[in-house]
Amino acid sequence: MTIHVKFFASLKDKLKIDDTTIEQAKTAGEAWDITTHNTERPDNVLVAINLEYAQFEDAIKAGDEVAFFPPVTGG
Amino acid sequence: MATHIIEHIFDPWHTIAEHQSKTSCHKQFGATATFIGTMRDFNDSADVSAMTLEHYPAMTQHYLDKLIDEANTKWDLLDTLIVHRIGEIKPTEPIMLIACWSAHRRASLDACSWLIEELKHRAPFWKKETTPNGERWVEKNTNGL
Repeated sequence: MTIHVKFFASLKDKLKIDDTTIEQAKTAGEAWDITTHNTERPDNVLVAINLEYAQFEDAIKAGDEVAFFPPVTGG
Repeated sequence: MATHIIEHIFDPWHTIAEHQSKTSCHKQFGATATFIGTMRDFNDSADVSAMTLEHYPAMTQHYLDKLIDEANTKWDLLDTLIVHRIGEIKPTEPIMLIACWSAHRRASLDACSWLIEELKHRAPFWKKETTPNGERWVEKNTNGL
């Protein structure tokens, strides 16, 4: 089982990462560090775990989907 | 209730009329409140010739459903419809539509207003604009005033 990590919008363009998987991470913040190779996290980055807004220190487990994205601008 | 995320241009007035003609509450509603978002040809001091809307499909669907569920717990709504475009959009084209039906006016008016604000702050859509200087991501919502 792996953890799926997704990036959207300006973050996807900037980091040049769309969708990836990692073997393990304890928190969403650790998933950021692993997938971005410790890129400094912009202040306004939002995180979702399994389609719900979450915090970077929230725990994640195998099978989870973690997404990172900038503030939303729909409507 | 219904939510639609679509990639093609649509006529919001026709969409409202069509949804209303099929709603199961057609003899109970006395009020319909609507919000239609339309693309401008300017934003943040620049001409904008086109816009591309990206979204996080599974989370967007989840949040649109969730917002309607929350609205139903706050107001006595008979029906709700949300339509939101993705992909490329040109100025004058509709971006999104919210319509709320209720027996009396206050519920549909308040719910419609609440839904657009919540959607803009919680539903994972992102706009990329085409300007004379190239493409740029919209970094934040306007304050709506």
